[in-house]
Amino acid sequence: MAETVKGDTGTWEIVIGLEVHAQAISNSKLFSGASTAFGAEPNSQVSFVDAAMPGMLPVLNAYCVEQAVRTGLGLNAKINLHSVFERKNYFYPDLPQGYQISQYQHPIVGEGVIEIDMPDGSIKKIGIERLHLEQDAGKSLHDQHPKKSYVDLNRSGNALMEIVSRPDLRGADEASAYLNKLRMILRYLETCDGNMEEGSMRADVNLSVRPMGENKLGTRCEIKNVNSIKAVQMAIAYEAQRQVELIEGGGKIAQETRLWDPAKGVTRSMRSKEEAHDYRYFPDPDLLPVTLQSEWVNEIKETLPELPDEKKHRFIKDYGLSLYDASVLISERARAAYFEDVAKGRDAKLAANWVINELLGLLNKNGKSIKESPISAPQLGGLIDLISDETISGKIAKDVFAEMFETGKDAAAIVEDKGLEQVTDTGAIEAVIDEILAANPDNVAAYKGGKDKLFGFFVGQVMKQTQGKANPQAVNEILKTKLG
Amino acid sequence: MTELTHLTIKSAIESLEKKEFSSAELVQAHIDATEKARHLNAFITETPEIALEQAKASDARRAKGEAGPLDGIPLAIKDMYCTKGVRTTAASNILHNFVPPYESTVTDKLFNAGAVMIGKSNTDEFAMGTTTESSAFGNTINPWKRKGDNTDLIPGGSSGGSAAAVAARMAMGGTGTDTGGSIRQPAAMCGIAGIRPTYGRCSRWGIIAYASSFDQAGVLARTVEDCALLLQNMSGFDPKDSTSADIPVPDFPAATRTGDVKGLKVGVPKEFRVEGMPEIIEKNWQKGAQWLKDQGAEVVDISLPHTKYALPAYYILVPSEASSNLARFDGVRYGLREHDDPETLLDMYERTRASGFGDETKRRIMLGTFTLSAGYYDAYYVKAQRVRRLIQQDFLKAFEKVDVILTPPTPSAAYPIGENDDDPIAMYLNDVFTVPLNLAGLPGMSVPSILTPEGLPLGLQVIGKPWDEATVLKTARAIERAAGFNAMPSSVQTGAA
Repeated sequence: MAETVKGDTGTWEIVIGLEVHAQAISNSKLFSGASTAFGAEPNSQVSFVDAAMPGMLPVLNAYCVEQAVRTGLGLNAKINLHSVFERKNYFYPDLPQGYQISQYQHPIVGEGVIEIDMPDGSIKKIGIERLHLEQDAGKSLHDQHPKKSYVDLNRSGNALMEIVSRPDLRGADEASAYLNKLRMILRYLETCDGNMEEGSMRADVNLSVRPMGENKLGTRCEIKNVNSIKAVQMAIAYEAQRQVELIEGGGKIAQETRLWDPAKGVTRSMRSKEEAHDYRYFPDPDLLPVTLQSEWVNEIKETLPELPDEKKHRFIKDYGLSLYDASVLISERARAAYFEDVAKGRDAKLAANWVINELLGLLNKNGKSIKESPISAPQLGGLIDLISDETISGKIAKDVFAEMFETGKDAAAIVEDKGLEQVTDTGAIEAVIDEILAANPDNVAAYKGGKDKLFGFFVGQVMKQTQGKANPQAVNEILKTKLG
Repeated sequence: MTELTHLTIKSAIESLEKKEFSSAELVQAHIDATEKARHLNAFITETPEIALEQAKASDARRAKGEAGPLDGIPLAIKDMYCTKGVRTTAASNILHNFVPPYESTVTDKLFNAGAVMIGKSNTDEFAMGTTTESSAFGNTINPWKRKGDNTDLIPGGSSGGSAAAVAARMAMGGTGTDTGGSIRQPAAMCGIAGIRPTYGRCSRWGIIAYASSFDQAGVLARTVEDCALLLQNMSGFDPKDSTSADIPVPDFPAATRTGDVKGLKVGVPKEFRVEGMPEIIEKNWQKGAQWLKDQGAEVVDISLPHTKYALPAYYILVPSEASSNLARFDGVRYGLREHDDPETLLDMYERTRASGFGDETKRRIMLGTFTLSAGYYDAYYVKAQRVRRLIQQDFLKAFEKVDVILTPPTPSAAYPIGENDDDPIAMYLNDVFTVPLNLAGLPGMSVPSILTPEGLPLGLQVIGKPWDEATVLKTARAIERAAGFNAMPSSVQTGAA
């Protein structure tokens, strides 16, 4: 199942752990009141604390703690009632304090687990080692001036949740399934917008290879600067191949940090283990240890939404949906809610078909999200009702749907305005059929002579005559009798 | 009329209230004294214009009956406190041009109470020292001289600028910071009083950080009651400092008004009787105990068994925190930047920090960087933290038996400038009596007691329970009353004549 690398000496297993930095949704920063809005003028969202002015002190933003706890609960993880902020010391111009306030020995969230969906429909559990809170650094801009670098501190001090997985992933597909699931969970929880393009979710990849069947882990490399799921997949493919070739060529993997170069599609060495920073972690004396009450954690637990996996299992069980349909519908909380609104009191499978095949298709074509849908869930429900009670046919319904999407009008109004009600009056249909049979004696003869295919011709003629409004079932039945 | 610069804060406020003189006159007298004693180098930045402006505003408030509790009183503000629009250097070349766009919480409180700033007082660079010699703006000279000897002496440190200014009557009081004795030690060497409250009593917001878990604001003044008055107006919870305590501030001046120590249990720790301690220090200590006994206190021998580990633990933990706290001074955003065509970023960092920091600061940054390094962290930092907890427990255990502890604040009187230049360890030993309570976060006060045969002042140190500054002040007041210390530096006496 898992991806492997076929080398000259045999098959190699790829072992991956991911470190994801997810920016916590919060109006203000982890330790200051400055705004966190994306895209503002450089250095316009910087407090004295964020700029590390002399004598400034961090004050912990309680909401960010709540977000981290909520995320931990969503990852089925242990919440540590006692956690400690430490200083990670290193010099860089976009790190104003000369240290990052992070958590090291005592993170706020401990071990957890999430499920990823495998292509064969099975489920694999991926372990979460920990989640800790830390401040983001600012941004260095090296392309603004031929000789100078610029620093934008807007991002400096934003709250990040670093989510570290166990080395449980076995290839690019599992890694991207993990990232997708993690992002989905974060979005369900509303603790991170998961927007990789804006950098609010970033991943570092820890990768090693080992001969198939070997239990010991190989030496790993950490790959940084992988800023999209696509880049993660490409970096993994490249790096796994590189490691196998190096080992098979008699080389040794050096534990190091490597950088993904998206332009060249390669990873290259950034710093070796020997050059690695000594971060000199120690507890930040400006901040007290974080102590949480278990009652408070329980209160947050009670406010958690139904999470993607639970919802998926429920959709399959309660609505009788396929795994595929259920997976598509739960991938966004709003999408799942929309579907449930439509399905309420109606044929769930029909509702799923309309949402997935028609609505999502059209939204996608128009670059719109489900929240921007011009057709509301009750409106789509109304359309389905018209199909179910045979007011209109499925075919007519598609035209009505297109018009609803364009105008935002209710289905019933469109059907009434245009007179699209299905003709179920058998007398009227019979009259049309008689007329058509009379007008095509040759075809009637041919049909009766055994050319069964001509049945479709007659149906088509009836539909043409009735502008598609004739009830197809009635047409079939009457035609069969008449031609019988 | 007594010369204005010789008044206590308390009596000056009474006179201002009675309109015997204005704040403008009071402040002008201190500005004059500052000019006359400029050779002491007590200030890095004198702010006479600001002082006079504040004095005038104060007089206007008083005329309207809106005077605050410290209205019109000229103070020296240690240059570790960020003052809005007024250069704040921490006595370092790396901040030689730094003008904060914000006011520290403590100075903000003082100014809201009506206090006037006469200048930014000198300190050891980043408060790292006990002599005020490591300032990038030159050392401060103690206004006191040995009898018949004109040798310049150190004022103690790091709050040596404030101590010298208050002793030489340039200011009626001063702010200090006390990380390991930086208020109590210079107060003792300059013959004035000084208190460092419990860690968390005053906000650290806007005070340039040296060692965050030790730093605490405090005051120096010529009487215990003046200290109480100043402390009252700078204490209290500050939501901007997570380590400040959200507990009520008692009435400190009230505690000094009684000064009643009847039945008070005073502990004398045997471990403070260190080898080679001069006889006069011992004598002074015994005298202090006797004074309290005479006023009805009970003196009890106690033990603080881990005292001898205090200094080594302190000189591991404090530089560790300092090495990290001073990382922000990198030439990127403010302060000094050696930017003449740097080769690389690293080159800019190295040149900026090499010329920005003085020797003592560099020494402590290197020491702290080492003790936090991989492979050494457990052996140094973690072990020192363990010692810190043992010392805290020593004190808490002692305070089950006694209400306050009495010790000397310094192992000697003021000594000549330059004496420990080549021997930092000898200088670190100056902190031996002051440091233990900083490890435990306790309040402590130094109060002047006697003159040595050479004519230099000595003090006594009172250590209190957490949050019990009131008892510390009360005990210090009792000592002050018994000591009747009214000696002045000869330069001041000449000036007063």
